[in-house]
Amino acid sequence: MLSVDNISLAFGGVKALTDISFDVREHEIRAIIGPNGAGKSSMLNCINGVYSPQRGTIRIGTETFRQMDPNKAARMGIARTFQNIALFKGMSVLDNLMTGRNLKMNCGLLAQALYLGPNRREEIEHREKVEHIIDFLQIESVRKTPVARLPYGIQKRVELGRALAAEPRLLLLDEPMAGMNIEEKQDMCRFILDVNDEFGTTIVLIEHDMGVVMDISDRVVVLDYGKKIGDGTPDDVRNNQAVIDAYLGVAH
Amino acid sequence: MFYREAGQFKTSYAADQQLFPIRQDRIAMLALLVLAVAVVPLIASNYVLTAILLPFLVFALAALGLNILTGYAGQLSLGTAAFMAVGAVAAYNFQLRIPGMPVLGSFVLGGLTAALVGIGFGLPSLRIKGFYLAVATLAAQFFIPWLLVKVSWFSNNSSSGVISAQPVVILGFAFDSPVRKYLLVLAIVALMALAAKNLVRSSIGRAWMAVRDMDVAAEVIGIRIMRTKLIAFAVSSFYCGVAGALYASVYLGSVEADGFNLDLSFRILFMVIIGGVGSILGSFLGAAFITLMPIALDRLLPWAAELLNLNLPAGVTSMVQLVVFGALIILFLIVEPHGLARLWQIGKEKLRLWPFPY
Repeated sequence: MLSVDNISLAFGGVKALTDISFDVREHEIRAIIGPNGAGKSSMLNCINGVYSPQRGTIRIGTETFRQMDPNKAARMGIARTFQNIALFKGMSVLDNLMTGRNLKMNCGLLAQALYLGPNRREEIEHREKVEHIIDFLQIESVRKTPVARLPYGIQKRVELGRALAAEPRLLLLDEPMAGMNIEEKQDMCRFILDVNDEFGTTIVLIEHDMGVVMDISDRVVVLDYGKKIGDGTPDDVRNNQAVIDAYLGVAH
Repeated sequence: MFYREAGQFKTSYAADQQLFPIRQDRIAMLALLVLAVAVVPLIASNYVLTAILLPFLVFALAALGLNILTGYAGQLSLGTAAFMAVGAVAAYNFQLRIPGMPVLGSFVLGGLTAALVGIGFGLPSLRIKGFYLAVATLAAQFFIPWLLVKVSWFSNNSSSGVISAQPVVILGFAFDSPVRKYLLVLAIVALMALAAKNLVRSSIGRAWMAVRDMDVAAEVIGIRIMRTKLIAFAVSSFYCGVAGALYASVYLGSVEADGFNLDLSFRILFMVIIGGVGSILGSFLGAAFITLMPIALDRLLPWAAELLNLNLPAGVTSMVQLVVFGALIILFLIVEPHGLARLWQIGKEKLRLWPFPY
């Protein structure tokens, strides 16, 4: 459903990505791994249009784009989470999730000011959808708490919820398990697998925890210094000499 | 003990999303409205109505406008008074030049004119943020009053540049006495405050806060940053414009464009900061604080001087007033940077437990 072809991205003289191509199949969990600074986050940023690559194309479904922009990506059904939590700190969990559905709400300004009839109905209708996600992620007890007051692990979960609220076709997760303890990681893995199963969402994720990556992903892309050095099933990648070298280093 | 929501169960999302989900809040709000509409006009003197309550309501509306822009959408502005001036002068001209223009219609048109001007001066916000944006809005603050004074057409060629507002007559009913003026302004401000509250709890309000808190994430969700910011400028300037029209035609009666100076903008900014950034209630609390404090100090200082047997010369009182006022503002910002609205919230949380420690 998604394929990136020959993407190159440079910031001035720094080549963040060089000629990267890979594809993502419908309904799979695709992991992007690589050492720090390999260009993993830049890759995600290209897919949903935060960065504009100098060369290459991105194909979503049947449409091919030279460049994405974040709004267009959102409209195409791409949602994402960020490496450093990017929640709306001043708002409650509920409002954060409701904001995730902003694109689906289309009452006019005047209707919103009156808060009668259509707007009221819309708010309640979307509230029901959001409550399903709150149930799914088991964050019922904090729904009215401002997110800034929540612990880190829960914030990560809320951010996943905000992305899910948009009912995306493609979900980009940038290190969803960074900085978590083992139990939080297990929970998060379970949520990711369940999202993939229940909602049929295609998932692209970046993760450093190899155990997690090898367990939950269907296929893995390996980047190093902005170049693709491996692509395939977890087992293929694990036995790929270039990947082993990149992670363990080579004797000179 | 008296303020507990225990036992008030919500069985539908509609009930949970209402304006005041807690029963005690509903009763209190109703009582406040009854007090403001029925009791105050009976007992308040003309002095209290015209010198305290009218400016309080008008400034609360302006603070509300600025709070939408600065508190909710996160765009700092120092041009509030300029947008008020646009509203005031536009409303005056609409009434003057269009025969049979209803007064309320001219207020709305004045507000809409201010909204257009606000969008124009909001354009820099697409590229710059924070202090730099505040400086850009200063351009509005200096340019607009200058333009309104320079082009005498705006003040109907009055030699002094003063516009004398037309009498406020709605459907043949003249709002000429202090009580009537008070009730008119109260009705307008209450309705607009309700509308503002509705906006900030709907999708546009969430979009504003999203842009304020994390604009990259907002963009990724599909919120159009430019549109959201410009709507914030438009709505905010509309509120300021209506406030300006009320300020000129109901509160003061005659006003010159120079009166809408940077000083006024700062006063309204202080109201927002002291009242609570990002709070509808805060706008009212801040406006009350800033309008009441000088009057209260005015009363208290001579009394305190007498008590201490000090013989103060006349000028000193007003000077001390400024000093105390400034000190209070600084104290406030240190003790409670989130303003009076946060204090109110903390008080409510404490009240749930009172009189027990937990």
